[in-house]
Amino acid sequence: MRAKPATAAPPLPDGLVVVVKEECETCRMVAPLLATIGAAETLTVYTQDDPEFPAGVSALHDADLSLSWHHDIETVPTLIRVENGEELERTIGWLRSDWQRITGIADLGAELPVMRPGCGSLSVDPDRVDSLRARFSGGTLLSRRIEVADLDDEMELLFERGLTDGLPVVAPTEERVLRMLTGTTRSPGDVVAVVPPDLVEVTVEKIAINAVMAGCKAEYLPWVIAAIEAVCNDEFNIHGVLATTMPVGPVIVCNGPGTRAIGMNSGVNVLGQGNRANSTIGRAVQLVVRNVGGGRPGGVDRAAHGNPGKAGFCFPEDEQSSPWTSLAVSRGFDATQDTVTVFAGEGPRCIVDQLAREPEQLATSLASCLRTVHHPKLPLAFDAILVVGPEHARVFAEAGWDRDRVIWELHQRLQMPGAEIVRGAGGMAEGIPEHLSELTLAKFRPDGILLVHAGGGAGLFSAVIGGWANGETGSKPVTRLVTP
Amino acid sequence: MAKYLLDPTGERTVIERQLLARPDRLDGLTVGLLDISKPRGDVFLNRIEERLTSLGANVKRYRKPTFTKPAPVDLRHEIATNCNVVIEALAD
Repeated sequence: MRAKPATAAPPLPDGLVVVVKEECETCRMVAPLLATIGAAETLTVYTQDDPEFPAGVSALHDADLSLSWHHDIETVPTLIRVENGEELERTIGWLRSDWQRITGIADLGAELPVMRPGCGSLSVDPDRVDSLRARFSGGTLLSRRIEVADLDDEMELLFERGLTDGLPVVAPTEERVLRMLTGTTRSPGDVVAVVPPDLVEVTVEKIAINAVMAGCKAEYLPWVIAAIEAVCNDEFNIHGVLATTMPVGPVIVCNGPGTRAIGMNSGVNVLGQGNRANSTIGRAVQLVVRNVGGGRPGGVDRAAHGNPGKAGFCFPEDEQSSPWTSLAVSRGFDATQDTVTVFAGEGPRCIVDQLAREPEQLATSLASCLRTVHHPKLPLAFDAILVVGPEHARVFAEAGWDRDRVIWELHQRLQMPGAEIVRGAGGMAEGIPEHLSELTLAKFRPDGILLVHAGGGAGLFSAVIGGWANGETGSKPVTRLVTP
Repeated sequence: MAKYLLDPTGERTVIERQLLARPDRLDGLTVGLLDISKPRGDVFLNRIEERLTSLGANVKRYRKPTFTKPAPVDLRHEIATNCNVVIEALAD
Protein backbone atom coordinates (compact mmCIF):
# COMPACT_ATOMS: atom_id res chain seq x y z
CA MET A 1 0.00 0.00 0.00
CA ARG A 2 1.20 3.47 -0.83
CA ALA A 3 0.64 6.48 1.32
CA LYS A 4 -2.43 8.58 0.94
CA PRO A 5 -1.71 11.98 -0.61
CA ALA A 6 -1.43 14.83 1.87
CA THR A 7 -4.77 16.54 2.25
CA ALA A 8 -5.22 20.03 0.86
CA ALA A 9 -6.01 22.94 3.14
CA PRO A 10 -9.70 23.91 3.02
CA PRO A 11 -9.84 27.55 1.86
CA LEU A 12 -10.74 30.27 4.32
CA PRO A 13 -13.86 32.21 3.27
CA ASP A 14 -13.47 35.93 2.67
CA GLY A 15 -14.47 38.33 5.41
CA LEU A 16 -14.03 37.54 9.06
CA VAL A 17 -13.47 34.02 10.37
CA VAL A 18 -13.80 33.02 14.01
CA VAL A 19 -12.86 29.58 15.36
CA VAL A 20 -14.34 28.62 18.73
CA LYS A 21 -15.13 25.66 20.95
CA GLU A 22 -17.92 25.44 23.46
CA GLU A 23 -15.82 24.12 26.33
CA CYS A 24 -13.66 27.28 26.29
CA GLU A 25 -14.76 29.93 28.73
CA THR A 26 -13.29 32.75 26.67
CA CYS A 27 -15.19 31.49 23.62
CA ARG A 28 -18.40 31.51 25.63
CA MET A 29 -17.60 35.04 26.75
CA VAL A 30 -17.18 36.36 23.19
CA ALA A 31 -20.07 34.32 21.73
CA PRO A 32 -22.68 37.05 22.27
CA LEU A 33 -20.56 39.46 20.22
CA LEU A 34 -20.64 37.26 17.11
CA ALA A 35 -24.15 38.33 16.11
CA THR A 36 -23.04 41.96 16.27
CA ILE A 37 -20.02 41.23 14.09
CA GLY A 38 -22.12 39.16 11.66
CA ALA A 39 -24.56 42.04 11.26
CA ALA A 40 -21.73 44.39 10.30
CA GLU A 41 -20.00 42.21 7.72
CA THR A 42 -19.49 38.70 6.33
CA LEU A 43 -18.66 36.39 9.19
CA THR A 44 -17.99 32.64 9.18
CA VAL A 45 -17.86 30.90 12.53
CA TYR A 46 -16.31 27.45 12.93
CA THR A 47 -17.02 25.44 16.04
CA GLN A 48 -14.73 22.61 16.99
CA ASP A 49 -16.81 20.66 19.47
CA ASP A 50 -20.52 21.45 19.88
CA PRO A 51 -22.21 22.02 16.47
CA GLU A 52 -24.98 24.02 18.24
CA PHE A 53 -22.50 26.50 19.64
CA PRO A 54 -22.58 29.49 19.66
CA ALA A 55 -26.30 30.01 20.11
CA GLY A 56 -27.87 32.45 17.69
CA VAL A 57 -25.12 32.10 15.08
CA SER A 58 -25.07 29.67 12.19
CA ALA A 59 -21.70 28.02 12.74
CA LEU A 60 -19.91 25.45 10.59
CA HIS A 61 -18.79 22.36 12.47
CA ASP A 62 -15.07 21.67 11.97
CA ALA A 63 -15.78 18.10 12.99
CA ASP A 64 -12.59 16.53 11.60
CA LEU A 65 -10.57 19.60 12.63
CA SER A 66 -9.32 19.84 9.07
CA LEU A 67 -9.74 23.61 8.86
CA SER A 68 -8.21 24.13 12.30
CA TRP A 69 -5.24 21.87 11.49
CA HIS A 70 -4.45 23.33 8.11
CA HIS A 71 -4.74 26.92 9.26
CA ASP A 72 -2.61 26.39 12.37
CA ILE A 73 -5.31 27.28 14.86
CA GLU A 74 -3.53 26.81 18.19
CA THR A 75 -5.81 28.85 20.43
CA VAL A 76 -9.54 29.44 20.51
CA PRO A 77 -11.08 31.85 19.96
CA THR A 78 -9.07 32.89 16.91
CA LEU A 79 -10.27 35.81 14.81
CA ILE A 80 -8.92 36.07 11.25
CA ARG A 81 -9.49 38.63 8.51
CA VAL A 82 -9.44 37.12 5.02
CA GLU A 83 -9.44 38.92 1.71
CA ASN A 84 -9.39 37.18 -1.67
CA GLY A 85 -8.61 33.92 0.08
CA GLU A 86 -5.54 35.37 1.79
CA GLU A 87 -5.21 35.78 5.52
CA LEU A 88 -4.43 39.40 6.36
CA GLU A 89 -4.24 39.22 10.16
CA ARG A 90 -5.37 37.23 13.14
CA THR A 91 -5.67 37.54 16.87
CA ILE A 92 -5.96 34.81 19.45
CA GLY A 93 -7.90 34.75 22.70
CA TRP A 94 -9.72 37.93 23.64
CA LEU A 95 -7.76 41.15 23.33
CA ARG A 96 -10.37 43.89 23.06
CA SER A 97 -8.23 46.32 21.09
CA ASP A 98 -7.35 43.63 18.51
CA TRP A 99 -10.94 42.52 18.06
CA GLN A 100 -12.12 46.14 17.72
CA ARG A 101 -9.42 46.93 15.14
CA ILE A 102 -9.85 43.77 13.06
CA THR A 103 -13.66 43.96 13.02
CA GLY A 104 -13.71 47.73 12.62
CA ILE A 105 -16.35 47.96 15.38
CA ALA A 106 -15.04 50.64 17.73
CA ASP A 107 -17.06 49.74 20.83
CA LEU A 108 -17.05 45.97 20.38
CA GLY A 109 -17.11 44.19 23.74
CA ALA A 110 -16.77 47.44 25.66
CA GLU A 111 -18.33 45.74 28.66
CA LEU A 112 -15.83 42.86 28.57
CA PRO A 113 -12.41 42.81 30.23
CA VAL A 114 -9.49 44.26 28.30
CA MET A 115 -8.08 40.84 27.67
CA ARG A 116 -8.62 37.21 28.52
CA PRO A 117 -6.42 34.38 27.24
CA GLY A 118 -8.02 31.74 25.06
CA CYS A 119 -7.89 27.97 25.37
CA GLY A 120 -5.96 25.34 23.44
CA SER A 121 -7.44 24.44 20.08
CA LEU A 122 -8.68 20.85 19.81
CA SER A 123 -6.36 20.48 16.82
CA VAL A 124 -3.32 20.74 19.12
CA ASP A 125 -4.80 18.61 21.91
CA PRO A 126 -2.02 16.19 22.91
CA ASP A 127 -4.48 13.29 22.73
CA ARG A 128 -5.39 14.10 19.15
CA VAL A 129 -2.37 15.74 17.57
CA ASP A 130 -0.55 12.56 16.51
CA SER A 131 -3.52 11.09 14.71
CA LEU A 132 -4.36 14.45 13.11
CA ARG A 133 -0.79 14.79 11.90
CA ALA A 134 -0.98 11.30 10.42
CA ARG A 135 -4.34 12.01 8.80
CA PHE A 136 -3.41 15.35 7.32
CA SER A 137 0.35 14.94 6.73
CA GLY A 138 0.81 11.17 6.51
CA GLY A 139 0.88 11.34 2.76
CA THR A 140 4.23 13.09 2.94
CA LEU A 141 5.83 9.80 4.03
CA LEU A 142 6.95 7.68 1.14
CA SER A 143 8.00 4.45 2.82
CA ARG A 144 6.29 1.24 1.87
CA ARG A 145 3.50 0.25 4.27
CA ILE A 146 3.55 -3.13 5.95
CA GLU A 147 0.05 -4.34 6.68
CA VAL A 148 -0.50 -5.84 10.09
CA ALA A 149 -3.36 -8.30 9.82
CA ASP A 150 -5.90 -8.42 12.63
CA LEU A 151 -4.47 -11.68 13.94
CA ASP A 152 -0.85 -10.56 13.62
CA ASP A 153 1.14 -9.46 16.63
CA GLU A 154 3.04 -6.43 15.34
CA MET A 155 6.04 -7.25 17.51
CA GLU A 156 6.26 -10.83 16.30
CA LEU A 157 5.85 -9.62 12.72
CA LEU A 158 8.86 -7.33 13.07
CA PHE A 159 10.94 -10.10 14.64
CA GLU A 160 9.96 -12.63 11.99
CA ARG A 161 10.94 -10.33 9.17
CA GLY A 162 14.36 -9.78 10.62
CA LEU A 163 13.80 -6.07 11.29
CA THR A 164 15.02 -6.00 14.89
CA ASP A 165 18.35 -6.47 16.59
CA GLY A 166 16.96 -9.30 18.67
CA LEU A 167 15.36 -7.00 21.23
CA PRO A 168 11.79 -5.74 21.05
CA VAL A 169 11.28 -2.56 19.06
CA VAL A 170 8.61 0.13 19.10
CA ALA A 171 6.25 -0.44 16.15
CA PRO A 172 6.87 2.31 13.58
CA THR A 173 3.35 3.57 12.94
CA GLU A 174 2.72 6.63 10.81
CA GLU A 175 1.74 8.58 13.94
CA ARG A 176 4.98 7.78 15.74
CA VAL A 177 7.19 8.43 12.72
CA LEU A 178 5.56 11.80 12.08
CA ARG A 179 6.05 12.70 15.74
CA MET A 180 9.71 11.66 15.46
CA LEU A 181 10.10 13.90 12.43
CA THR A 182 9.08 16.93 14.48
CA GLY A 183 12.55 16.60 16.04
CA THR A 184 14.28 17.88 12.92
CA THR A 185 13.77 20.77 10.53
CA ARG A 186 14.99 18.57 7.69
CA SER A 187 12.54 17.32 5.12
CA PRO A 188 11.62 13.62 5.35
CA GLY A 189 12.83 13.12 1.80
CA ASP A 190 16.32 14.53 2.34
CA VAL A 191 18.99 11.95 1.57
CA VAL A 192 21.40 11.84 4.51
CA ALA A 193 23.90 9.22 3.38
CA VAL A 194 24.50 6.10 1.37
CA VAL A 195 24.52 3.18 3.80
CA PRO A 196 26.89 0.24 3.34
CA PRO A 197 27.02 -2.63 2.74
CA ASP A 198 24.12 -2.52 0.27
CA LEU A 199 24.88 1.12 -0.59
CA VAL A 200 21.29 2.26 -0.18
CA GLU A 201 20.43 5.95 0.07
CA VAL A 202 18.93 6.68 3.47
CA THR A 203 16.45 9.52 3.90
CA VAL A 204 15.54 11.42 7.03
CA GLU A 205 12.26 9.48 6.96
CA LYS A 206 13.98 6.07 7.04
CA ILE A 207 16.21 7.21 9.89
CA ALA A 208 13.12 8.42 11.75
CA ILE A 209 11.44 5.03 11.30
CA ASN A 210 14.44 3.23 12.76
CA ALA A 211 14.75 5.82 15.53
CA VAL A 212 11.13 5.10 16.51
CA MET A 213 11.93 1.39 16.58
CA ALA A 214 15.01 2.00 18.74
CA GLY A 215 12.94 3.91 21.29
CA CYS A 216 14.27 7.41 20.59
CA LYS A 217 12.43 10.60 21.47
CA ALA A 218 12.01 13.19 18.75
CA GLU A 219 14.70 15.42 20.20
CA TYR A 220 17.29 12.67 19.75
CA LEU A 221 16.71 12.49 15.99
CA PRO A 222 19.29 15.15 14.99
CA TRP A 223 21.91 13.15 16.91
CA VAL A 224 21.01 9.95 15.10
CA ILE A 225 21.13 11.75 11.76
CA ALA A 226 24.56 13.22 12.53
CA ALA A 227 25.87 9.83 13.62
CA ILE A 228 24.63 8.22 10.40
CA GLU A 229 26.44 10.95 8.43
CA ALA A 230 29.55 10.25 10.49
CA VAL A 231 29.66 6.48 9.97
CA CYS A 232 28.62 6.33 6.31
CA ASN A 233 31.76 7.56 4.58
CA ASP A 234 35.13 6.23 3.46
CA GLU A 235 36.95 7.61 6.48
CA PHE A 236 34.92 5.79 9.10
CA ASN A 237 34.34 2.85 6.76
CA ILE A 238 31.31 1.22 8.32
CA HIS A 239 31.50 -1.48 5.67
CA GLY A 240 34.87 -2.60 7.01
CA VAL A 241 33.76 -2.17 10.61
CA LEU A 242 30.89 -4.54 9.86
CA ALA A 243 32.82 -7.04 7.83
CA THR A 244 35.80 -7.42 10.15
CA THR A 245 36.04 -10.52 12.31
CA MET A 246 37.15 -8.22 15.14
CA PRO A 247 34.52 -7.28 17.77
CA VAL A 248 34.07 -3.58 16.97
CA GLY A 249 31.08 -1.40 16.21
CA PRO A 250 30.40 2.32 16.08
CA VAL A 251 31.03 3.94 19.46
CA ILE A 252 29.40 7.39 19.49
CA VAL A 253 30.79 10.10 21.76
CA CYS A 254 28.48 13.11 22.06
CA ASN A 255 29.67 16.62 22.91
CA GLY A 256 28.05 19.99 23.40
CA PRO A 257 25.30 21.60 25.46
CA GLY A 258 22.67 19.61 23.56
CA THR A 259 23.77 16.46 25.36
CA ARG A 260 22.42 17.97 28.55
CA ALA A 261 19.33 19.40 26.85
CA ILE A 262 18.24 15.92 25.74
CA GLY A 263 19.06 14.44 29.12
CA MET A 264 22.06 12.25 28.30
CA ASN A 265 23.97 10.73 31.19
CA SER A 266 27.69 11.50 31.43
CA GLY A 267 28.00 10.51 35.08
CA VAL A 268 27.26 7.41 37.16
CA ASN A 269 27.12 4.30 34.93
CA VAL A 270 27.88 6.42 31.85
CA LEU A 271 28.80 3.42 29.72
CA GLY A 272 26.00 1.27 31.10
CA GLN A 273 22.26 0.97 30.84
CA GLY A 274 19.47 3.10 32.20
CA ASN A 275 19.48 6.38 30.25
CA ARG A 276 17.12 6.54 27.33
CA ALA A 277 19.17 8.87 25.13
CA ASN A 278 22.44 7.01 25.71
CA SER A 279 20.76 3.69 25.05
CA THR A 280 18.63 4.48 22.03
CA ILE A 281 20.72 6.84 19.86
CA GLY A 282 23.40 4.21 19.27
CA ARG A 283 20.75 1.54 18.82
CA ALA A 284 18.99 3.61 16.16
CA VAL A 285 22.25 3.95 14.25
CA GLN A 286 22.75 0.18 14.33
CA LEU A 287 19.17 -0.44 13.21
CA VAL A 288 19.71 1.86 10.21
CA VAL A 289 22.87 -0.04 9.31
CA ARG A 290 20.97 -3.32 9.68
CA ASN A 291 17.69 -2.46 8.04
CA VAL A 292 18.63 0.11 5.41
CA GLY A 293 22.23 -0.91 4.75
CA GLY A 294 21.59 -4.63 5.07
CA GLY A 295 24.49 -5.17 7.50
CA ARG A 296 23.46 -8.18 9.53
CA PRO A 297 25.40 -10.56 11.77
CA GLY A 298 26.26 -13.65 9.79
CA GLY A 299 25.78 -11.70 6.57
CA VAL A 300 28.32 -8.96 5.96
CA ASP A 301 28.86 -8.66 9.72
CA ARG A 302 31.46 -11.37 10.29
CA ALA A 303 32.57 -10.59 13.86
CA ALA A 304 34.01 -13.63 15.61
CA HIS A 305 32.69 -12.47 18.95
CA GLY A 306 31.19 -9.02 18.59
CA ASN A 307 30.48 -7.15 21.80
CA PRO A 308 27.36 -6.08 23.69
CA GLY A 309 27.94 -2.49 22.56
CA LYS A 310 27.00 -3.49 19.04
CA ALA A 311 23.38 -3.23 20.15
CA GLY A 312 24.19 0.48 20.46
CA PHE A 313 27.05 2.28 22.20
CA CYS A 314 26.65 6.01 22.74
CA PHE A 315 27.60 8.30 25.58
CA PRO A 316 28.32 11.99 26.21
CA GLU A 317 31.47 13.53 27.60
CA ASP A 318 31.13 15.10 31.05
CA GLU A 319 32.20 18.58 30.02
CA GLN A 320 30.90 20.58 32.96
CA SER A 321 33.14 19.05 35.60
CA SER A 322 36.00 18.26 33.26
CA PRO A 323 39.36 19.91 33.93
CA TRP A 324 40.05 19.72 30.20
CA THR A 325 38.75 20.99 26.91
CA SER A 326 36.42 18.46 25.35
CA LEU A 327 37.15 15.80 22.78
CA ALA A 328 35.19 17.80 20.20
CA VAL A 329 37.22 20.96 20.88
CA SER A 330 40.42 18.94 20.49
CA ARG A 331 39.10 17.91 17.10
CA GLY A 332 38.55 21.48 15.93
CA PHE A 333 35.00 22.21 17.01
CA ASP A 334 33.65 24.89 19.31
CA ALA A 335 32.52 24.09 22.84
CA THR A 336 29.10 25.59 22.08
CA GLN A 337 28.52 23.25 19.16
CA ASP A 338 26.80 19.88 19.38
CA THR A 339 28.80 17.09 17.78
CA VAL A 340 29.08 13.35 17.52
CA THR A 341 32.41 11.61 17.20
CA VAL A 342 32.23 8.04 15.95
CA PHE A 343 34.92 5.51 16.74
CA ALA A 344 35.17 1.88 15.68
CA GLY A 345 35.49 0.34 19.11
CA GLU A 346 35.07 -2.76 21.19
CA GLY A 347 33.51 -2.94 24.64
CA PRO A 348 35.00 -0.91 27.50
CA ARG A 349 37.43 -2.35 30.02
CA CYS A 350 38.12 -0.94 33.45
CA ILE A 351 41.52 0.39 34.54
CA VAL A 352 41.98 0.38 38.30
CA ASP A 353 44.53 2.50 40.12
CA GLN A 354 43.39 3.49 43.58
CA LEU A 355 46.79 4.41 44.95
CA ALA A 356 48.36 6.85 42.49
CA ARG A 357 48.31 10.41 43.84
CA GLU A 358 51.01 11.75 41.53
CA PRO A 359 50.20 12.28 37.84
CA GLU A 360 53.35 10.45 36.74
CA GLN A 361 52.29 7.33 38.64
CA LEU A 362 48.80 7.43 37.22
CA ALA A 363 50.00 8.05 33.68
CA THR A 364 52.25 5.02 33.98
CA SER A 365 49.36 2.87 35.20
CA LEU A 366 47.06 4.02 32.43
CA ALA A 367 49.78 3.55 29.82
CA SER A 368 50.58 0.02 30.91
CA CYS A 369 46.91 -0.94 30.57
CA LEU A 370 46.58 0.88 27.25
CA ARG A 371 49.53 -1.14 26.04
CA THR A 372 47.43 -4.29 26.27
CA VAL A 373 44.83 -3.08 23.75
CA HIS A 374 44.25 -6.16 21.58
CA HIS A 375 47.76 -7.45 22.40
CA PRO A 376 50.61 -5.98 24.45
CA LYS A 377 53.09 -6.71 21.66
CA LEU A 378 51.22 -5.06 18.78
CA PRO A 379 52.23 -1.43 18.00
CA LEU A 380 50.54 1.28 15.94
CA ALA A 381 47.73 -0.86 14.62
CA PHE A 382 44.85 0.32 16.79
CA ASP A 383 43.54 3.55 18.31
CA ALA A 384 41.80 3.73 21.67
CA ILE A 385 39.36 5.90 23.58
CA LEU A 386 40.52 6.50 27.13
CA VAL A 387 37.54 7.41 29.30
CA VAL A 388 39.09 9.08 32.33
CA GLY A 389 36.91 9.01 35.41
CA PRO A 390 36.54 12.19 37.49
CA GLU A 391 38.66 10.87 40.34
CA HIS A 392 41.53 10.03 38.02
CA ALA A 393 41.13 13.32 36.16
CA ARG A 394 41.46 15.17 39.47
CA VAL A 395 44.94 13.74 40.00
CA PHE A 396 46.02 15.24 36.68
CA ALA A 397 44.11 18.49 37.21
CA GLU A 398 45.71 19.13 40.61
CA ALA A 399 49.12 18.81 38.97
CA GLY A 400 48.09 21.21 36.21
CA TRP A 401 48.25 18.66 33.43
CA ASP A 402 46.03 19.70 30.54
CA ARG A 403 44.64 17.38 27.87
CA ASP A 404 47.71 17.65 25.63
CA ARG A 405 50.05 17.03 28.52
CA VAL A 406 48.21 13.88 29.61
CA ILE A 407 48.24 12.49 26.09
CA TRP A 408 51.89 13.39 25.62
CA GLU A 409 52.85 11.71 28.89
CA LEU A 410 50.94 8.60 27.91
CA HIS A 411 52.71 8.43 24.55
CA GLN A 412 56.07 8.75 26.32
CA ARG A 413 55.22 5.64 28.33
CA LEU A 414 53.97 3.72 25.31
CA GLN A 415 57.21 3.53 23.34
CA MET A 416 57.99 -0.16 23.00
CA PRO A 417 61.52 -1.46 22.35
CA GLY A 418 61.50 -3.83 19.40
CA ALA A 419 63.27 -6.51 21.39
CA GLU A 420 60.31 -6.70 23.77
CA ILE A 421 57.67 -7.01 21.09
CA VAL A 422 59.42 -9.02 18.39
CA ARG A 423 57.77 -12.30 17.44
CA GLY A 424 58.68 -14.95 19.99
CA ALA A 425 59.72 -12.52 22.74
CA GLY A 426 58.21 -13.34 26.13
CA GLY A 427 57.20 -16.75 24.90
CA MET A 428 54.52 -15.27 22.63
CA ALA A 429 54.51 -15.89 18.90
CA GLU A 430 52.53 -12.69 18.26
CA GLY A 431 54.60 -9.57 17.67
CA ILE A 432 56.48 -7.53 15.10
CA PRO A 433 58.66 -9.09 12.35
CA GLU A 434 62.30 -9.71 13.16
CA HIS A 435 63.59 -6.98 10.84
CA LEU A 436 61.89 -4.32 12.98
CA SER A 437 63.34 -5.56 16.25
CA GLU A 438 66.02 -2.84 16.41
CA LEU A 439 63.40 -0.09 16.37
CA THR A 440 61.41 1.45 19.17
CA LEU A 441 57.77 1.54 18.15
CA ALA A 442 54.84 3.50 19.55
CA LYS A 443 51.76 1.65 20.74
CA PHE A 444 49.56 4.38 19.27
CA ARG A 445 49.89 6.76 16.37
CA PRO A 446 50.17 10.42 17.48
CA ASP A 447 46.43 11.09 17.35
CA GLY A 448 45.51 7.55 18.30
CA ILE A 449 44.48 8.23 21.92
CA LEU A 450 41.08 9.89 22.24
CA LEU A 451 40.73 11.31 25.73
CA VAL A 452 37.19 11.64 27.12
CA HIS A 453 36.17 12.75 30.61
CA ALA A 454 33.16 10.84 31.92
CA GLY A 455 31.88 8.63 34.72
CA GLY A 456 30.59 8.75 38.26
CA GLY A 457 32.20 10.93 40.89
CA ALA A 458 33.34 8.04 43.10
CA GLY A 459 35.86 5.43 41.97
CA LEU A 460 39.52 5.77 41.08
CA PHE A 461 38.95 4.13 37.72
CA SER A 462 39.12 4.84 34.04
CA ALA A 463 38.04 2.79 31.06
CA VAL A 464 39.67 1.93 27.78
CA ILE A 465 37.80 1.22 24.55
CA GLY A 466 40.07 -0.49 22.06
CA GLY A 467 39.74 0.32 18.39
CA TRP A 468 40.03 -1.47 15.10
CA ALA A 469 42.62 -1.28 12.33
CA ASN A 470 43.26 2.44 12.07
CA GLY A 471 44.13 4.78 9.23
CA GLU A 472 43.51 4.47 5.51
CA THR A 473 42.99 0.73 5.47
CA GLY A 474 40.74 0.65 8.51
CA SER A 475 38.68 3.28 10.24
CA LYS A 476 39.37 6.84 11.34
CA PRO A 477 37.36 8.58 14.03
CA VAL A 478 34.98 11.06 12.41
CA THR A 479 33.28 14.08 14.02
CA ARG A 480 30.15 15.69 12.61
CA LEU A 481 28.02 18.62 13.70
CA VAL A 482 24.56 17.94 15.04
CA THR A 483 22.18 20.36 13.36
CA PRO A 484 18.50 20.93 14.11
CA MET B 1 -9.39 -1.86 10.59
CA ALA B 2 -6.06 -2.90 9.18
CA LYS B 3 -3.06 -1.36 10.78
CA TYR B 4 0.03 -0.33 8.89
CA LEU B 5 3.65 0.02 9.87
CA LEU B 6 6.28 1.89 7.91
CA ASP B 7 8.96 -0.25 6.31
CA PRO B 8 12.32 0.49 7.98
CA THR B 9 14.39 -1.16 5.26
CA GLY B 10 16.00 0.03 2.07
CA GLU B 11 13.07 -1.64 0.26
CA ARG B 12 15.29 -3.79 -1.91
CA THR B 13 13.31 -6.95 -1.25
CA VAL B 14 9.62 -7.74 -1.04
CA ILE B 15 8.21 -7.72 2.45
CA GLU B 16 5.92 -10.74 2.08
CA ARG B 17 7.53 -13.86 3.47
CA GLN B 18 8.65 -16.07 0.63
CA LEU B 19 7.81 -19.76 0.34
CA LEU B 20 10.77 -22.09 0.35
CA ALA B 21 11.58 -23.66 -2.99
CA ARG B 22 9.53 -26.84 -3.58
CA PRO B 23 11.55 -30.06 -3.99
CA ASP B 24 11.04 -31.55 -7.44
CA ARG B 25 11.11 -35.14 -6.14
CA LEU B 26 10.63 -36.86 -2.80
CA ASP B 27 12.77 -39.98 -3.02
CA GLY B 28 15.52 -39.87 -0.45
CA LEU B 29 13.88 -36.97 1.38
CA THR B 30 12.36 -37.24 4.83
CA VAL B 31 8.67 -36.45 4.84
CA GLY B 32 6.93 -35.69 8.14
CA LEU B 33 3.25 -36.58 8.40
CA LEU B 34 1.54 -34.54 11.07
CA ASP B 35 -1.67 -35.97 12.47
CA ILE B 36 -3.57 -33.12 14.07
CA SER B 37 -5.59 -35.58 16.19
CA LYS B 38 -8.84 -35.33 14.36
CA PRO B 39 -10.77 -38.60 14.09
CA ARG B 40 -9.73 -40.81 11.16
CA GLY B 41 -6.90 -38.53 10.17
CA ASP B 42 -4.68 -41.55 10.77
CA VAL B 43 -6.56 -43.52 8.07
CA PHE B 44 -5.72 -40.84 5.56
CA LEU B 45 -2.12 -40.54 6.69
CA ASN B 46 -1.58 -44.34 6.67
CA ARG B 47 -2.47 -44.38 3.01
CA ILE B 48 -0.28 -41.34 2.30
CA GLU B 49 2.59 -43.07 4.06
CA GLU B 50 2.20 -46.17 1.87
CA ARG B 51 2.31 -44.09 -1.27
CA LEU B 52 5.22 -41.91 -0.18
CA THR B 53 7.24 -44.92 0.92
CA SER B 54 6.67 -46.49 -2.48
CA LEU B 55 8.13 -43.31 -4.03
CA GLY B 56 11.31 -43.78 -1.97
CA ALA B 57 10.62 -41.17 0.71
CA ASN B 58 11.48 -41.73 4.35
CA VAL B 59 8.36 -41.09 6.36
CA LYS B 60 8.22 -39.92 9.96
CA ARG B 61 4.94 -39.71 11.80
CA TYR B 62 4.02 -36.94 14.25
CA ARG B 63 0.90 -36.17 16.20
CA LYS B 64 -0.35 -32.99 17.82
CA PRO B 65 -1.82 -33.46 21.30
CA THR B 66 -5.03 -31.76 20.19
CA PHE B 67 -6.37 -30.24 17.00
CA THR B 68 -7.72 -27.30 18.97
CA LYS B 69 -4.36 -25.73 19.61
CA PRO B 70 -1.27 -24.97 17.57
CA ALA B 71 1.44 -27.61 17.57
CA PRO B 72 3.70 -27.26 20.63
CA VAL B 73 6.98 -25.52 19.92
CA ASP B 74 9.01 -28.65 20.70
CA LEU B 75 7.07 -30.63 18.14
CA ARG B 76 7.48 -27.93 15.49
CA HIS B 77 11.17 -27.81 16.22
CA GLU B 78 11.49 -31.59 16.00
CA ILE B 79 9.71 -31.68 12.65
CA ALA B 80 11.74 -28.77 11.27
CA THR B 81 14.97 -30.42 12.42
CA ASN B 82 14.26 -33.90 11.11
CA CYS B 83 12.22 -33.43 7.96
CA ASN B 84 12.67 -31.92 4.52
CA VAL B 85 8.94 -31.76 3.86
CA VAL B 86 5.84 -31.91 6.06
CA ILE B 87 2.29 -32.89 5.19
CA GLU B 88 -0.48 -32.02 7.61
CA ALA B 89 -3.76 -33.90 7.65
CA LEU B 90 -6.63 -31.54 8.24
CA ALA B 91 -9.52 -33.80 7.31
CA ASP B 92 -12.17 -35.30 9.56
